[in-house]
Amino acid sequence: MKILYFAWIKSKVGVGEEDVAPPASVTTVGALIDWLKERGPGYGAAFAELKVVRAAVNQEHVGLDHGIGPRDEIAFFPPVTGG
Amino acid sequence: MIRVQREDFDPGHEIATLVGRDKGIGGVVSFVGLVRDVADSAAISAMTLEHYPGMTDKELARIDAEANTRWRLSKSLIVHRYGRLEPGDRIVLVVTASPHRDDAFEACRFLIDWLKTRAPFWKLEETSAGAEWVAARASDDTAAARWIKKT
Repeated sequence: MKILYFAWIKSKVGVGEEDVAPPASVTTVGALIDWLKERGPGYGAAFAELKVVRAAVNQEHVGLDHGIGPRDEIAFFPPVTGG
Repeated sequence: MIRVQREDFDPGHEIATLVGRDKGIGGVVSFVGLVRDVADSAAISAMTLEHYPGMTDKELARIDAEANTRWRLSKSLIVHRYGRLEPGDRIVLVVTASPHRDDAFEACRFLIDWLKTRAPFWKLEETSAGAEWVAARASDDTAAARWIKKT
């Protein structure tokens, strides 16, 4: 699956985009975060405080319990500040 | 209609183009957001707006469609810029045109409140202390919350 990171989450993770293949047991956005956090300190820092992390699946806002699949585009970002 | 672009826009030209020759329009309301030179008492030299290409267009289109279901609008337009901007620069334009002013006023306010909490943009401010990502404001959530439909 394709994962995108934006704003300070991108800075902490160190890349803006990557392809990952988590195990089949990772079926929700929340489980994906837990899995990503094991990949290195940058991920740990990016996802340390989940109340300032938002997610989108296939370019729609979703909650952490939202389901994910291998062909999905998942994005992580801070609360938006446009306008 | 929605547009996401790096370039500046001319509000007068945008309004005239949007209204066109539609003689059924009785009122037009517009909102133009600008880059301030101060944030939380720190002087700002520039601001860079990052966005999520693809989702930004979709989300703005969803917000625009929602306004058009809630109010009677003849035309509506959102133009949002991204990239590096300086104090005084225009960031966003919202225009609503309707046969009657109430719909135009309310829809315009809804669009700017709603997009502030939903459109995937992030502001990186440059001050003398360095560059810092702007945190979302609780007041923006409060402003958007009053448009959440009661079921």
